[in-house]
Amino acid sequence: MIWFRFLRRKNSDAELQAEMEAFLAEETAENEARGMSSDEARRQARLKLGNPQKVRESLWVQNSPQLLTLFGRDVRYAFRTLGRTPGFSIIAVSIMALGIGATTSLFTIVRAVLLRPLPFRDPGNLVMLYEHYRQNTGGDGFNAVAPGDYRDWRSQTHSFEDMAAMRGYGGIISGVHSELPEVVQSAGGSANLFSLLGVSPVFGRTFTEAEDQPEGQPVVLLTWNLFQRRFAGDPSIIGKQVHLDTIPTTVIGVLPSWFTYPDAKIQFWLPYAQTFSPGDYGMHDGHQSMVVARLKPGVSAEAATREVSALQYQIHIANASKPVAEDVWYRPMIDDLAKNVRTPLLVLLGAVGCMLLIACLNLTNLLVARSATRRREVAVRGALGGSRFVLICEQITESLLICLAGGGLGLLLSLVSTYWLAAHWRNLPRAEYVHVDGWVLTFTLALVVAAALLAGLVPAISSTGKGLLSGLRDSSRTVGGSASRARLRKTMLTAEIALTVVLLISAGLLFKSFLHLRTTDLGCRIDHVITMKFGLPEIQYNTRDKVVRFHESLLERLRQLPGVRGAGLVSVPPGAGPSGDRVFSILERPAPSYSLQYDAIALTADPQYFSVMQIPLRRGRVFTEHERLNNDHYIVVSKTFVDQYLAGDDPVGKHVRVGWDTKPEVYEILGEVGDTVNDITKPDPPTMYFPILSGIPDRTSLATIVAHTSADPLTMSMPIQRQISALEPELPVYNALTMDQILGKTSASQGFAANLVLAFAALSLLLAAVGLYGVLSYLTNQRTPDIGLRIAMGAQRSQILRLVLFEGLRPALIGLIFGIAVSALATQLLRSMLYGTRPLDPSAFAGAATMLLAVAVLACLIPAWRASRIDPIQALRTE
Amino acid sequence: MERSIRRSSQPQNEILKGTLDMMILRTLVGGDAHGHTIAKVIEHTSEDLLEVEQGSLYPALHRLEDRKWLSSYWGLSENNRKAKFYRLTAEGRKQLVRETSRWRQMTRAIGLVMGEEGGAQ
Repeated sequence: MIWFRFLRRKNSDAELQAEMEAFLAEETAENEARGMSSDEARRQARLKLGNPQKVRESLWVQNSPQLLTLFGRDVRYAFRTLGRTPGFSIIAVSIMALGIGATTSLFTIVRAVLLRPLPFRDPGNLVMLYEHYRQNTGGDGFNAVAPGDYRDWRSQTHSFEDMAAMRGYGGIISGVHSELPEVVQSAGGSANLFSLLGVSPVFGRTFTEAEDQPEGQPVVLLTWNLFQRRFAGDPSIIGKQVHLDTIPTTVIGVLPSWFTYPDAKIQFWLPYAQTFSPGDYGMHDGHQSMVVARLKPGVSAEAATREVSALQYQIHIANASKPVAEDVWYRPMIDDLAKNVRTPLLVLLGAVGCMLLIACLNLTNLLVARSATRRREVAVRGALGGSRFVLICEQITESLLICLAGGGLGLLLSLVSTYWLAAHWRNLPRAEYVHVDGWVLTFTLALVVAAALLAGLVPAISSTGKGLLSGLRDSSRTVGGSASRARLRKTMLTAEIALTVVLLISAGLLFKSFLHLRTTDLGCRIDHVITMKFGLPEIQYNTRDKVVRFHESLLERLRQLPGVRGAGLVSVPPGAGPSGDRVFSILERPAPSYSLQYDAIALTADPQYFSVMQIPLRRGRVFTEHERLNNDHYIVVSKTFVDQYLAGDDPVGKHVRVGWDTKPEVYEILGEVGDTVNDITKPDPPTMYFPILSGIPDRTSLATIVAHTSADPLTMSMPIQRQISALEPELPVYNALTMDQILGKTSASQGFAANLVLAFAALSLLLAAVGLYGVLSYLTNQRTPDIGLRIAMGAQRSQILRLVLFEGLRPALIGLIFGIAVSALATQLLRSMLYGTRPLDPSAFAGAATMLLAVAVLACLIPAWRASRIDPIQALRTE
Repeated sequence: MERSIRRSSQPQNEILKGTLDMMILRTLVGGDAHGHTIAKVIEHTSEDLLEVEQGSLYPALHRLEDRKWLSSYWGLSENNRKAKFYRLTAEGRKQLVRETSRWRQMTRAIGLVMGEEGGAQ
């Protein structure tokens, strides 16, 4: 109603005027009828009506919502004052746009990744179960589950509503005539997994319990991605066959497009049990599965896990000779998914929060400076009866306008940057959910209002405070009146600098660990090496002979290829991330107990691999052509292996017993080679190399070519691929990467976070410098007469320079000390993101302090120099 | 701004706060009228004890119209002049009844306090 009236108040006014005209006419006529002269009649009528302007005004006010008009007036006023100083306005708006934009971007990602509920039925009741070893070495204590353990948990405990298992898997999918082979990631899921999560297929059905057996009918569920990409979204594929690893498999269903768990790269799902051999399906000592469990209503996760954990302890007792964990730990599913990005995300959010705070403080500082120049105006208005509230509102409106403009601009900025961030952040879970929604908009609006209040309230209150009237008395010669204002600005400056120091130190630490990762010694050749992975289908290559023949003819062809200086085969190249490990015992040095059972990465390599990759031989010898086929019980071990398990003793001639899936086998150690890095964020693991020329199909059919090339390694990828096709036309190859690329891939996400925090820190440093410069030049300006007087009295210019310089550097120094103190605590939170450095790294602290001081001196020097150049005559005359 | 009080040199002519609306509604029971007539009728009926100031009459009329207690139309006055006529709506009648009974209660209460037997009617 009020809006309606407000919108048509002009009409209403016109009508009122007509009405009053009518009244005058009536009254005049009446007066004339009483015998008055026409002039007198008109005069009396006007007297009776009173002041028509006043009537109009009162109706106008009645038709206008009070707050709105007041606010409208403030907005107009603020627009005018901002328009008068476009430079200030542009700087202020850009500062806020940066702060709000960056914070909004990070919030958008945090919301999608950490806060948004998982898209499953009742996701709050889903937890992940892990095995936990009491004598744990390294890691976070959450270990993958063995299939035997999972099956016992599910059949023998009842405190969870249900539990399901899944595991990552690979595979080659091709048509029924082996056409279009494609190497993809896949996963195995137990029959109840999809119903437990509350996922129903778009077409077809999910697995049955009968299919979820090691030798069940081969069936496959397609993800939406593969269904659209490879089968053009045609539902008639249901019930037809495809080849998976050359096994004819029936397609039984298609999963919905939103189902991208555990990550979007998975192309199809197999029944969980079918990813195991019958012997392995019951094992307790092979750990690779993830277990998801649904809580029963009213039963806490702790209580339910306790029952499972008790069972696990019995399993542990019953398998005392094997690596079987004692306990079971749980973790809510949503935390589980974000476990690797949680800390970096929160660190980045903290960094942008700091930056926003710095931007606010800067804006506050600028506004205080402005309010100082308007001191007299405010004082006059206060003296004339302007209420303090109205004056405060006016100033806050100004900061609100700046923040709104900054927020709008920042939102645009964040739209661009958010998508860039989500696209470039490697392995960001749920990146596909990152988009701006109502929550994000609300968050931005709240940010704008909070920033406006924060930035506007302090100057508004301080400039309309008790000393208001002193503004009238102040002449520019007395500096005392503005002393408290100056102190306020210096306090804010100190806070700003302290925050900047925290950011600088954190960025320094992250950057240092990133550099450490980049320069980590891999222990092998990096330049001019290309790697390429392939997997021989085990159906055709089902004997040792066939596999070895392929490997040997491939190596022979590669070594003859022009441009290739050397070629070797290895199961997983250095730096390429985790690879399988095996437990073993050393016959000459029996382990004291099973729990200290030895464990090492198991790789397979050909005799020339070590020389091609320049992995140094430390003792003994590496493989020769003789360790082949059944003469394969020889291994080569790494330096860490010897240090860790043989206390550095000569390993040559010692024997290890390695537990393969079925039965343990004894190997003789031939020699010791240097360490190579497995995952560059972790210490080098102990490693055993097995001869790839044993040709055992399930251990050696998956291999990576490493070729040392004379020219740019990438140009060699096609010639090498052609050699493979010449031997086996339908064999797909994948991951054709140079060693540089492999390294870049694993350090990229660390570098990403480090670079972002560094960028935020640089921006904050710039803001702090601008703030320092602004405050000091303002103070110097104010003190011009004072300084002029000093010079006139004989002060040396160098003394003036020092005076102003120290005045500016004092808040910088105090801020630095506070900043370092806060950083000492704050950097502890970074611990999990640091490699090769520690939270209290002195070089990062010293570097940040030096950089800040240098910038501070620079920012102070200009006003100080200007002050020392003041011409005393002119300064005294400006009065 | 809600209710303007008539400020006059003669305090007895002052219209009691909140009663102008009620009197306008009561006046219109007798039929549609324009602003001038409404003022005249109130003044005459009160034996010229009350004086309606235009400064509060017109805002009051607009307010009552906003609340849907009055409707208005432009017509010709008795003297053949264009004038804005006001008409009491059904809602306005109900409001008049409510206000009248409240007024009666109020005057009775005040009467009792002031020691008039049985309250003032």
